[in-house]
Amino acid sequence: MIDTALFYFFALLTLGGAALVVTRRSAVLSAVWLIVSLLGVAGLFLLLGAEFLFAAQIILYIGGITLLFLFVIMLVNLDAAARLRQFRRSWPVIAAASVGLAAELVALLLKGQLPAAAPSHDVLSGNTEALGAVLLSKYLVAFELASIVLLVAIVGSVWMGQPRGNQDIERPQG
Amino acid sequence: MGAAITPVHYLVVSALLLVIGTFGVLVRRNIVVILMSIELILNAVNINFVVFSRLYRHTDGQAFALMVMTVAVAEAAVGLGVLIALFRNRGTVLADELELLKW
Repeated sequence: MIDTALFYFFALLTLGGAALVVTRRSAVLSAVWLIVSLLGVAGLFLLLGAEFLFAAQIILYIGGITLLFLFVIMLVNLDAAARLRQFRRSWPVIAAASVGLAAELVALLLKGQLPAAAPSHDVLSGNTEALGAVLLSKYLVAFELASIVLLVAIVGSVWMGQPRGNQDIERPQG
Repeated sequence: MGAAITPVHYLVVSALLLVIGTFGVLVRRNIVVILMSIELILNAVNINFVVFSRLYRHTDGQAFALMVMTVAVAEAAVGLGVLIALFRNRGTVLADELELLKW
């Protein structure tokens, strides 16, 4: 019973936050609602028994990515941009297409039959231990490649963030 | 709605999150909010991975979700770096005003 209530609470947090992210005019408000939505997803992870992903979601997404977004919003000074039109003119078409897509996906999901659960491969109790064991044995190469991806991303974003000399090529009036 | 929460409930939430994210990518002009919508889409994918990991009692789905998270972090860092360089050079963060590569 409490599980049902918690599920609807976190689902509401996730979907409501997401809807507000895409509809707020101010980018700062969007970032704040993004925190709410990501917290809802973290709660869903917890309900599904993925404790490690719950912690990673909070540390990485809410602590890392959202902070990065807010930082960039401060840097780029979006106050001037906030007064401009924030939505494309064709938004009613896109909204109608999105509603249609959502209806189709939900109808298919409700109509379809999930295959029966396979017999257990590994115990999900002790989630963090099981995940660590799988990451460091079966997916060791992917795990190491992920660290290389992160290293390249760090170096690349630092390099791109630096001001360089020859930037007077084609600066438009606005 | 029934009393018990089945995997289908989670999949519906994931599908709706995906659609909301797609809507955001298509409809917004501000690149920062477009990047946020991409994060929403990646989260929808992660919910799917974890649901099936739970359904089949298999940890692999969670390992994949962790990889998706890693790539999402890298994507956000690089995307925002590009955005800052773009703003410095072009003075705009609106996606449809950046038409240098348009034919």
